[in-house]
Amino acid sequence: MTGHHDRVTAAVEAAYRDEWGQLVATLIGLTGDWDLAEDCAQEAFAAALATWPRDGVPRRPGAWLTTTARHRATDRLRRDATGAAKLRQLAVLERDPAAPPVEEIPDDRLRLIFTCCHPALRFDARVALTLRTLAGLTTAEIARAFLTAEATMAQRLVRAKRKIAEAGIPYRVPPAEALPHRLAAVLAVLYLIFNEGYDEERLDARRALTAEAIRLARVLCRLLPAEPEPAGLLALMLLHEARRATRTADGVLVPLERQDRSAWDAALIAEGVAVLDGALASRRAGPYQVQAAIAACHATAPEAASTDWPQIAALYGTLARLAPSPVVALNRAVAVAMADGIPAGLALVDELAAAGTLTGYHLLPATRADLLRRAGRTDEARRAYREALALAPTEPERRYLAARLAELPDSAP
Amino acid sequence: MKYVLLICDDETASPSNEQLAADPVHQAWLADLERRGARIVGARLRPVVDATTVRVRDGETLVSDGPFAETKDFVGGFVIVDCASLDEAIEIAAGHPYARWGSIEIRPVWE
Repeated sequence: MTGHHDRVTAAVEAAYRDEWGQLVATLIGLTGDWDLAEDCAQEAFAAALATWPRDGVPRRPGAWLTTTARHRATDRLRRDATGAAKLRQLAVLERDPAAPPVEEIPDDRLRLIFTCCHPALRFDARVALTLRTLAGLTTAEIARAFLTAEATMAQRLVRAKRKIAEAGIPYRVPPAEALPHRLAAVLAVLYLIFNEGYDEERLDARRALTAEAIRLARVLCRLLPAEPEPAGLLALMLLHEARRATRTADGVLVPLERQDRSAWDAALIAEGVAVLDGALASRRAGPYQVQAAIAACHATAPEAASTDWPQIAALYGTLARLAPSPVVALNRAVAVAMADGIPAGLALVDELAAAGTLTGYHLLPATRADLLRRAGRTDEARRAYREALALAPTEPERRYLAARLAELPDSAP
Repeated sequence: MKYVLLICDDETASPSNEQLAADPVHQAWLADLERRGARIVGARLRPVVDATTVRVRDGETLVSDGPFAETKDFVGGFVIVDCASLDEAIEIAAGHPYARWGSIEIRPVWE
């Protein structure tokens, strides 16, 4: 019996992961009421937990959940005088024999994604709303992930939903002319969610933010198959995720060249490369595809020494044109140093330092230190490592820099 | 949905009404509003040097010269539109000539 119960609980959990976003999206589409949609989705899963152990897991869990949630919404709106108009819409679906069966209701998640990531909402609200309504994380889970008080996170979600209603943010996929700009906003939200999870694991593994970001990116790729950038982002995430376990060892940052490549996840790398190839076939380059291509160069090099640095330097050049930023320029300098020799790279780093746009960013002196060390300019390297150490924001990075500093040979008398 | 578009800039560029009327961008914006049938009412405002601010404190009416707040940008005009959604209001706002050097604040009407 326990085995049966565990199987049913696992089925409900799987349905929650797979169906939550679509369920909420459909209910918002039908009622226009975000809170009602979330509540009824929640109730549908509670009903599943109560009845599936007895009646068995339905053949189509998603359709069962949608029907149940829709009934709950109808019940609620019937009790609520102001719900009359929304109720009429729902009732048509309930009674009309010609209405499409729930299996054929179009996937509303794309409308939900674009609405959650609307530029008229604050960026942190877009992130929270996406995690709550699409990924189904609880407010408490989102608050924990972003080191915020639960009450603050709850208020952020309430305000965002209120603004959607009061400011008239439409529940729709933007028209073609607005799509590139709006899609970039969606991808930025997903990438931030991934990076939050990548930098520091604050949730338990089951609900890891990196996994949520990858799941949402997969959904986006399925819903927008003609757009190459979502696939570029998915590939980038998969290739980073493949190396995650080797990024730190005993709380010390491990740089790429010293990571244990045999511990990288070969299946994720293969999938990342395949997804990227599919995106590149569209011949519409974008910043995420280029970053994924750089990650693929690293991930597919059998050893650090065989890294294709000229290719990486060229890709950073492309990225600097598509999405110019001083951080991209710094990364390009490293690639140029590895491809064309340390002096060429150092010259670029010194140019960046002189421009002053990266002042206070620890990776600027850390990169200089590394190049100076490779060039054998020990005294200058030591000064740069100390400067980086004072600026580094995390403990693993400080430990890494301290270890590198300690490794430097004593300077000549 | 009804929105008020507050048309703001720092008053550095201050075209006359005639210049504005002759500006092809402004003409295109008006034509766009006409086509959408969205415009309810609108007005251009005289510069802030001609503004007067009134406050009543403890029963006393305080009148002062100038705008209500010292900011870089001032409201130079407004238009009330009735359109489908915030996205349409954004499209309308983006077409206004002042959007290119000033900014347009979109405020839903509280009804």
